[in-house]
Amino acid sequence: MTISKGTVLKTAKLARLKIPEDKIDLYTKEISNIVDLIDTLNEVDTKGVETLVNVDEFSITTQKDEITAGNCADKILKNAPKEKLGYFVVPKVIE
Amino acid sequence: MKALNKLTIRETLQALKDKKFSSCELLESHIKAVEANRDLNAFITETLDLAKEKAKESDLKYLNGEARALEGIPVSVKDVFCTKDVRTTAASKILSNFTPPYESTITTNLFGKGVVMLGKTNLDEFAMGVTNHYSAFGPAINPWKETGSKENLVPGGSSGGSAITVAAHMSMGALGTDTGGSVRQPASFCGIVGFKPSYGRCSRYGIVAFASSLDQAGVFARSVDDAALLSTAIMGYDNKDATCSKEELPNLESAMDQGLKGMKIGIPKEYHGAGLDPEIEALWANAKEMLRKEGAEIVDVTLPHTKYGVAAYYVIAPAEASSNLARYDGVRYGLREYKEGMSLDEMYEATRTEGFGHEVERRIMIGTYVLSSGFYDAYFSQAQRVRKLMVTDFKLAFDKVDALLTPVTINTAFALTDKKQMDPIALYLNDVFTIPASMAGLPAMSIPAKLNGKGLPIGLQVIANRFREDNVFRVAKNLERCLNFKVSPKGY
Repeated sequence: MTISKGTVLKTAKLARLKIPEDKIDLYTKEISNIVDLIDTLNEVDTKGVETLVNVDEFSITTQKDEITAGNCADKILKNAPKEKLGYFVVPKVIE
Repeated sequence: MKALNKLTIRETLQALKDKKFSSCELLESHIKAVEANRDLNAFITETLDLAKEKAKESDLKYLNGEARALEGIPVSVKDVFCTKDVRTTAASKILSNFTPPYESTITTNLFGKGVVMLGKTNLDEFAMGVTNHYSAFGPAINPWKETGSKENLVPGGSSGGSAITVAAHMSMGALGTDTGGSVRQPASFCGIVGFKPSYGRCSRYGIVAFASSLDQAGVFARSVDDAALLSTAIMGYDNKDATCSKEELPNLESAMDQGLKGMKIGIPKEYHGAGLDPEIEALWANAKEMLRKEGAEIVDVTLPHTKYGVAAYYVIAPAEASSNLARYDGVRYGLREYKEGMSLDEMYEATRTEGFGHEVERRIMIGTYVLSSGFYDAYFSQAQRVRKLMVTDFKLAFDKVDALLTPVTINTAFALTDKKQMDPIALYLNDVFTIPASMAGLPAMSIPAKLNGKGLPIGLQVIANRFREDNVFRVAKNLERCLNFKVSPKGY
């Protein structure tokens, strides 16, 4: 295995995913296989090569930050799993 | 006269104008096909009642002489384009109850031209896959079968449902998205045309995001000509997407009128390896000769970093996906898993674990891993530098040639039960010939070329330089004429 069970569990936590006990080995194996694949990138000599951020990095357009749509809070809240008084409701965060 | 659902879009538009039949009759013939082929599981949500209303409106427009460019043409839409008041799921349980309050720019453009939507098509969850079996709504089935076999084959993916609807004459064209080959590969597996314009040609506004530096809308059609009609309708600048380009739009019609004399077409030598099926290899060589006979000059070119494309893609795409999919938290829309007493973090975790399928989880994990502290430079930055090298490879090649001719896939459609093909890594390698054009943001098309010995379609790919969609269509139109592929899946 290229990566350990511990790394898999730590990564899952960062990604806010819970891996069931009986699937930890499967995930470790699958993710190790993928990491082996992407490890082949180390064969490439990239000394002095600049990092590409976006194929369009020089042509990204900007515009004024203006309101172009709005007054649709009710429509947006329609998709909310839980809402109250025009707000999204989440479990209590501050005691 | 041919059944109405078997006509080309161009023929249909003329016939509608000449009042040979109505938009409602045209729609009816497609509805029959949709109803007869539900076993292919091509649609996640059918919108046939809505389509009937729209077809009536189209007939009125023809009557009043107000018909728009694609008035009355029945089209299906990959369920990753947000459609106002029509459920949009991305084939994920996490979005299974999501109804967008807004319309994507691409569907806005298409509907503005008079297109009639039949429904939202099946895909691999969040467009991550090459088989369409990673769907929370069950796998979609390819209408093609091996000669003499009843075994169900994968349609390719991720835009499998869209490809099926076009191949099986349920729609005249379809919308897909292509991040690493998700239009071109299913088009090849289903024996139809699939086109992905340059990155930046089409607005990504309202497309459920997977990997934002790679995601691009594309079209499916049964001919290069029909693909041009649909592409012209969706390309163009949109201020709602900062990466959308203001570059002047190409004239695809006039490009398709031109022969190949004076054109230089490159054959990248690196596409010969990678486990390419000998039948596909032979077809590719044959097509090269066809283009030469048409007057094109064939030039050998090299794209040295091709073999690292898949590895770089499986760093960059999951990295972007892990960031894009962080928004699914059970707070504002979509699924929420919550039990009394859970903390906010526990709710996030329960929601995401319940809502995402296995492949999506796997990619989020990879993305999180390559972006995590200590690994970012070794993986993510290295992949971005390799991507830069791939872009440079193409730049150097396009200094010498106008277009490239390559295979689309290393093999033809395979069975869902094929354990060797269905291995996760083997599936990733399926995109080896489509990923490079995506990494460089290039326009590329899959053109159906021939049936293999087992009776399954093989496609060929034409790639051109950035914003040179005209060159793709010029080569594709001539190649299509030479190949003369006019076969439909048996029984459809």
